[in-house]
Amino acid sequence: MDTVADQTERLGKLEGMGCSRKRREDPRFIQGKGNYVDDIKMPGMLFGVMVRSPYAHARIKKIDTSKAKAHPGVYAVLTAEDLKPLKLHWMPTLAGDVQAVLADEKVSFQNQEVAFVVAEDRYVAADAAELVEVEYEPLPVVIDPFKALAPDAPVIRDDLQGKDTGSHGARKHHNHIFNWEVGDRDKTERVFADAEVTVKQDMLYPRVHPCPLETCGCVASFDKIRGDLTVYITSQAPHVVRTVVGLLSTIPESKIRIISPDIGGGFGNKVGVYPGYVAAIVASIVLGRPVKWIESRQENLTTTAFARDYHMTGELAADKDGRIKALRVKVIADHGAFDACADPTKYPAGLFHVCTGSYDIPNAFVSVDGVYTNKFPGGVAYRCSFRVTEAVYLVERMIDTLALKLGIDRAEIRKRNFIRKDQFPYATPLGLEYDSGDYAPALDKVLAAMDYQGLLAEQAKKRADPDSPTLMGIGICTFTEIVGAGPSKNCDILGIGMFDSCEIRVHPDGSAIARMGTITQGQGHQTTYAQIIATETGIPASMIHTEEGDTATAPYGLGTYGSRSTPVAGAAVANASRKIREKARQIAAHLLEVAPDDLEFDLDQFRVKGVPGKAKSMKEIAWAAYNNVPPGMEHGLEAVDYYDPPNFTFPFGAYMCVLDIDRHTGETQVRRFYALDDCGTRINPMIIEGQIHGGLTEGFAVAMGQQMPYDDEGNVMGSTLMDYFVPTSMETPKWETDFTVTPSPHHPIGAKGVAESPHVGSIPCFTSAVVDAFSHLGVTHMNMPHSSYRVWQQCQALGIAN
Amino acid sequence: MIPKPFEYHSPQSLGDAVAMLQQYGDEAKLLAGGHSLLPMMKLRFAMPSHLIDLNRIPDLAGVSESGNEIRIGAMTTENQLIWSELLQRKLPLLVEAARLIADPQVRYRGTIGGDIAHGDPGNDHPALMLTLDASFVLAGANGERVVPASEFFLGTYYTAMNPDEIMTQIRIPVPPQGTGWCYAKLKRKTGDFAAAAAAVLLQMKGDTCTGVAIGLTNLGPTALRASDAEAALTGQPLTADAIEAAAQKVMAICEPAADLRGDETYKTAMAGEMFRKAIRTAMERCTR
Repeated sequence: MDTVADQTERLGKLEGMGCSRKRREDPRFIQGKGNYVDDIKMPGMLFGVMVRSPYAHARIKKIDTSKAKAHPGVYAVLTAEDLKPLKLHWMPTLAGDVQAVLADEKVSFQNQEVAFVVAEDRYVAADAAELVEVEYEPLPVVIDPFKALAPDAPVIRDDLQGKDTGSHGARKHHNHIFNWEVGDRDKTERVFADAEVTVKQDMLYPRVHPCPLETCGCVASFDKIRGDLTVYITSQAPHVVRTVVGLLSTIPESKIRIISPDIGGGFGNKVGVYPGYVAAIVASIVLGRPVKWIESRQENLTTTAFARDYHMTGELAADKDGRIKALRVKVIADHGAFDACADPTKYPAGLFHVCTGSYDIPNAFVSVDGVYTNKFPGGVAYRCSFRVTEAVYLVERMIDTLALKLGIDRAEIRKRNFIRKDQFPYATPLGLEYDSGDYAPALDKVLAAMDYQGLLAEQAKKRADPDSPTLMGIGICTFTEIVGAGPSKNCDILGIGMFDSCEIRVHPDGSAIARMGTITQGQGHQTTYAQIIATETGIPASMIHTEEGDTATAPYGLGTYGSRSTPVAGAAVANASRKIREKARQIAAHLLEVAPDDLEFDLDQFRVKGVPGKAKSMKEIAWAAYNNVPPGMEHGLEAVDYYDPPNFTFPFGAYMCVLDIDRHTGETQVRRFYALDDCGTRINPMIIEGQIHGGLTEGFAVAMGQQMPYDDEGNVMGSTLMDYFVPTSMETPKWETDFTVTPSPHHPIGAKGVAESPHVGSIPCFTSAVVDAFSHLGVTHMNMPHSSYRVWQQCQALGIAN
Repeated sequence: MIPKPFEYHSPQSLGDAVAMLQQYGDEAKLLAGGHSLLPMMKLRFAMPSHLIDLNRIPDLAGVSESGNEIRIGAMTTENQLIWSELLQRKLPLLVEAARLIADPQVRYRGTIGGDIAHGDPGNDHPALMLTLDASFVLAGANGERVVPASEFFLGTYYTAMNPDEIMTQIRIPVPPQGTGWCYAKLKRKTGDFAAAAAAVLLQMKGDTCTGVAIGLTNLGPTALRASDAEAALTGQPLTADAIEAAAQKVMAICEPAADLRGDETYKTAMAGEMFRKAIRTAMERCTR
């Protein structure tokens, strides 16, 4: 006993935190045995298809459903008129607005839901949908949010006319949703007035779409006899969906069961409740049969939850040495036709106020105006935490701009402004408290790994050569994320605090089942949660079954988005595990006939301090929990924990990108991309690396090609994967990853969350690199996407394309 | 994304297929690889009542040599072109280009005949066929006829094929020994159509161009052959100035349609750029 080899063997068997345990999810996915919503088949199941508007803005003069209803195999055709008696033709959004389930007298974006055709299968439904005749009277379209605020702009939301107050305060125009301000305006203005140097930059973070591989969909099944409603749904927040469905339908939540089966990626697209879900549920209640609704790719890309669309103006005030004194930001936020953002109630611009970034900026003021346009609704966090991507992009662009203006190296200016390690916990001027960080060593590690000085020398040589066919760009980003929403004092959704939960039951044989309020969509929860439990309880990870996504069995939780699973549910997992461990200690003491304090926890057993060989394994303790517990103790070995985090967590990273641009074609070749992430305590390094590769790839996609373009009539132009850029392995650069570890001081295991950092951090890094390639020619900013076409236009404008 | 109902036919012989075409007329569409037709059917842009699948007809695929001619069955897939040792030796231009078409999975299904017969200027084979002086064997009720590529492409989705004809074979004269080649294609990502692409076949003696063929993809309503540029280069030393003059002539014939890949200015400039890249590479590959 107790040899090093023995310890190593037991540690290996445990597969706890810190080991690269292989993903438990993979065997079923690799073998095609996943169970996605569209795999669900129920007896008597019908299929629903949406009839959608070809117009971006139009009055509906008439809907004739008679031909569709007469089509063989059609069971129902629903319109707003059919939903009105149930008061379900409109539904509340998570942002405090309302959204038409089926268009009520007018449509306000292209592909808006107009009618729902239910038929015996999806083929009949598609044929019948073409037979629904809708007469439209086109109205003037407004796509540009600035034009939407013009006095004579078309009224997008007739239903809100006369309402000068929305759920986030005063509305100053018929297309205005809210104004949200944070920070000290007056003080910031005074600092700007007295500043030695100021810089200002307009930038657009374009409208993009999370584009998960699996589109949205559901199967709704109402049992008329029992009065039960079961909905299989591709949801990142099944418990919230249950509450929303309960509110809408007046069915008690105890009779509603929401099941998120395997999910083929979410990235924020699967947080909200969509008209298709409501229509399928209503159809099932009316018809008493299960109804399936599955989006096509085009429907997914053009109707369900986009991200970003932030028109931002940033300003920095600084001294001549580049020390930042103040940040001022103005945002016009295009929310589309309905405000369906998924943000904590208090924050209509999400956590955008993390925009002071990794820098010790004493003064800041931010003003965000939400605006309606004739575009599809959304504004979700696409692989980020509530507008953090926009915030980080802004501050990273601004500090680059300041460096350029002052002629200070971009790495150097960051170091001059970093929040120092001894300043944590650090209160920002916009009201956040960063938990921990150690920024300068992370950047130094990256600069050394990339030979930054060597790169600068090479770049200088290239710039001096007028015949060089390529332009070389070096990008830097030193970001701070804010994840783990969130403390219930600040964060709720529909009034429900953003806690999360875990329930663990240890069986007599020492195996266990654990259920959480979150839901994995590729994050590998089944693998990593078990590792936390293994380390905390001593039960081998291979003996722990984890289960999420079924509201009938899992404890209530707010779901998985905004990198909140590890910071919030992961903490609940650790705390529930510790409750188990404490009870196990009592049982072990009883079995060993010693006081609990005489015991120490040792990997997978409790042993008597100072008495070698006197110990009880967790397996033995689990058995005893069912037959030999101390007097007065309840049998069983179970625990539940609902964790309300005291604060957010603040992961950070330092990224560098080197790329070469062909000035004749505008093509960009990423030569190296180095990503150093600090996500606090690391649970599974292999999964972290996979998450980082995925986030970087999606960041590359956004920066280099993704955009949801519109023409003047409000037609969505990029509605297929031919035009909407999802990179393949051929386009994707090779990623180099690295890490430092700065644990979160307030999280039970010190973990901060990681999946979104690479997305948040890489995007400004790519822009930094592309702009840097042109910065010696006077360019200070270029809007995304940095496609060959757009980069070539920059070359053309500078006269260097030929 | 669900097509209109249609009847599926799987003829076992060319004769049966031709007979079906005659029977169903405009109501019918031929199915080869399906990578253009099926998406259009799913979007309900194409709504044929009858789909005639050519995949079960024997002898429509394969690559062979007949005298100084390469013969390629119309149902030969892109991957079969890539894997053909004969093509690798005699028509490396076609192999290089096929590797740039779509992605590996699509190349298992997509066929050279379907790519040509669709008449889409965004497809790669039309410009290659013009460059290679190919001709096409078309089978109809009254037997076969052979149409040169130069007379085949009449407009976007519009070819010299009659509605009751089936393309059965592509015939390509083997270029002289020592011919240089290149297909340069600019695309946004794997699987995309070209923003601009240029095919070049080049013969040289010393520094002088003794023969050149230039084809352009997705730069006009049909694939284009840049005859003016060819004439300007033939018999001339291939100096930087000569290449640049030819590039200007290449760009002069482009009339690309603006789309998300770029506007006319960009695509035309890229036509020049792809030509420059292609001819430089072809020069390197020439035996002089």
